[in-house]
Amino acid sequence: MKVIVCIKQVPETTEVKINPETNTLIREGVASIINPFDMYAIEEAIRLKERYGVQTFVITMGPPQAESALREALSMGIDEAIHLSDKAFAGSDTWATSLVLAKAIEKIGNYDLIICGKQASDGDTAQVGPGIATHLNLPQATYVRKIDSIDGKNKIMRVERLLEDGYEILEVFLPALITVVKEINEPRLPSLRGKLRAKKQAISVWAHTDLGLKEEEVGLSGSPTQVVKIFTPPPRPKGAIFEGEPEECVDKLVEKLKTHIL
Amino acid sequence: MKDRGIKVIKEKCVGCGLCIKVCPFSAIVLEDKLAVIDLSKCNLCGACKDACKFGAIEIFKPQIVDTGVIKDYKGVWVFIEEEEGKIAGVSFELLGKARELAKDLNSEVVGIYLGYNLKEKIPILFRKGADKVIVVDKPELKVFISENYANVIVYLIEKYKPEVFLAGATTAGRSLVSRIAVKVHAGLTADCTGLEIDKERRLLIQTRPAFGGNIMAQIITPNHRPQMATVRHKVMKELEESSSSVGEVIEENLDGEFIDQRVRFIDFIKEEGYKVNLADADIIVSGGRGLGAPDNFKLIRELAEVLGAAVGASRAAVDSGWIPYSHQVGQTGRTVSPKIYIACGISGQIQHLVGMQSSKIIVAINKDPEAPIFKVANYGIVGDLFKIVPLLTQKFKEILKR
Repeated sequence: MKVIVCIKQVPETTEVKINPETNTLIREGVASIINPFDMYAIEEAIRLKERYGVQTFVITMGPPQAESALREALSMGIDEAIHLSDKAFAGSDTWATSLVLAKAIEKIGNYDLIICGKQASDGDTAQVGPGIATHLNLPQATYVRKIDSIDGKNKIMRVERLLEDGYEILEVFLPALITVVKEINEPRLPSLRGKLRAKKQAISVWAHTDLGLKEEEVGLSGSPTQVVKIFTPPPRPKGAIFEGEPEECVDKLVEKLKTHIL
Repeated sequence: MKDRGIKVIKEKCVGCGLCIKVCPFSAIVLEDKLAVIDLSKCNLCGACKDACKFGAIEIFKPQIVDTGVIKDYKGVWVFIEEEEGKIAGVSFELLGKARELAKDLNSEVVGIYLGYNLKEKIPILFRKGADKVIVVDKPELKVFISENYANVIVYLIEKYKPEVFLAGATTAGRSLVSRIAVKVHAGLTADCTGLEIDKERRLLIQTRPAFGGNIMAQIITPNHRPQMATVRHKVMKELEESSSSVGEVIEENLDGEFIDQRVRFIDFIKEEGYKVNLADADIIVSGGRGLGAPDNFKLIRELAEVLGAAVGASRAAVDSGWIPYSHQVGQTGRTVSPKIYIACGISGQIQHLVGMQSSKIIVAINKDPEAPIFKVANYGIVGDLFKIVPLLTQKFKEILKR
C-alpha cells in the first residue's frame, strides 16, 4: 500500500504581530512551520506505516524554502518527499493548487490513500483536500477524527468524521482521500536518527512541465479566483472593563448584556 | 501568465520602503534603494500600489472577457442544508443575503434542496426569500454524502447555469462545494463574511478573513461561472418571514446514476449532554485554563444552560482532557462568530482569538488585567471567575426567569 500526505508550509501565526503604525502584519522574522493540521496527517501516515507496513510519501507545493517542511516530515518517519516548486505555481488559488497536487499524486502512481490536514492555518479554506479528490475522481472523507480499520484485501476503510453535533461513521473504498482533524492523534517529535536521515535524503523537485501541465493551467492564470484587494479589518472598539467588587461588576455587565440577550 | 504582472517603475521609486510594510506576502525587498518584487510570492493584491505615494508600482491584470458564455448564467442559488431533518439556520441567512444580491443583479433567488421527504418543508423557503426551489427528493439522498450531492448539483448547474452559488461554510458545505467547483471549473471562495455585487460587471465581490482574521481579502471570479462561495454562520441576516409562501417548485427526477457506490454511510452518533452546537449558537460560553480542573466546567455549563448557549473551550482546556475536542474554539479547533461570546478564564492567545474575534460582542472574565483577551473584549470583568460566573448565572436566571 502507498500513502501520500500533502502538506503546506505556513507562517507560524503565534508570532504574527500587527504593526500598530501601519496596522499590517509584521512578517519579518516570522518562522515558517508545517501547517498544524498537516502534522496530524503526517503522524497518521507514519502510524499506518507502523501498523500495516505501508509506503509513505509527502508532497508540498511551495517556494524553495518549503523544502524544510518536507525534511521535517522525513525526520518524523515519512519515507519519500517530493517538492513541487516552480515559479509558474505562484499565486495559485485552491483550484489550481489542487490540480498541481493531483497531477503529482498521479505521477507517483499506484496510491491507496491520500491524507491532508483539515485546512491550512493561513488560508483556512478546507478546499484543497476535496479538490484533489475530485481532480483524481476519488471518494473522500473530510474531518476524520479516527481511522477505525483498513481492510487491505477488500480495500475498504472505516473512519469516523467529526461533525458539528457528533460524529459519523463512514466506509470508503480505496483509493480515497481523507482530511484529518486534531483529535486523530498526537504528532511525535523527530528522533535524532530521523533528523540525520532526513538531512541527507534526496528530494525530487518537480515543475509544471514534469507534471504534464501547461503554464497557463497553473499559478495566477490557472486560478478562477483573483484577489483584488487586501485590507486590515477595523480594530474592535475599546471595551468597558470592570474591576472591583464582583457583585457590582456583575450588575454592570448584566446591565450591558441585557438588551442583547432578552 | 503574460498578460498579468507587476512592475516597479525605477524612475519613480525613491526606495522609501512603504510598500514593504504593507505587503501581506513579504514579497518586496529593497535592493540598491529600489523596491524589488519577488513574483513567486506576489499575489497582485495591489496593497503596495495603493500605499505607494509616488505612483511607482504598476499592475497589469487582464481585461474581463465578457464572453457570451458568461451571459448565459442567471440566478442566485442557495444550497439548502439539512440538519437532523430540519433546515439549517445558515441556509435561511443565505436566502436573506441572496435576496439582496439578486436585486442588484436583477435576477432571482433559487433554493437547491436535496434530501428525502422534503415536501412539507418547502414553503418556508419562499417565506424566507426564495423565488424558486429546485427539489431533488430521493430516498438515496436522505443521508448527506458529499459525492452524491455533488453529482446531483453538478448536473443541475450544467442544466440551469446559475450566476452565483452560495452554501454555508459548514463541514457539509465545504466538503460539498469544493467538489462541485472543481467539476464545473468555477471559482470558489471559502468562509466569506461579506458579499456584494459590482453591478456594472455583474461580479460577486467576496470578502473573507485570511491569516486568522488579521487581514481581510476581497476576491472575485471574473471569467468563470457560477461564482461560488461558502459563507460563515451568523454573519448574514435572515429575512423576517413573509406571509406569502408562493413560489415555483421545480422537481428534478434523476435516476440512480448519481450515487457513488464507493462511499457508505454506517452511522451517526450524536454528542450527548450539550443542547446547542457551536456553529449554530447565538451565545457561546467558553472555559479555559483558568478553570483549573475538569469538574469546574460545570460552572460554564450552568451559565450556558441559563442563556441557552453552547459550551466552548480553549485549547488548553481541551488538551488537559477537561472537555472533548469538538468544543475547541480557535486555530486548531472551530471558528465561531456568535452574537455573544463569553470567555471565562481564557487568556486569549492569538490561536484562540482567530477562532472567535469575529463574534459581535465579546465578554471576558479573567483575573489577569493584562490578559490579551481584554484587548478584543467589548466588556470585561477583572476578577475571580469562581465568584463571577455563578453570580452571572444567578442574575440571568432571575432576569430570564429560568
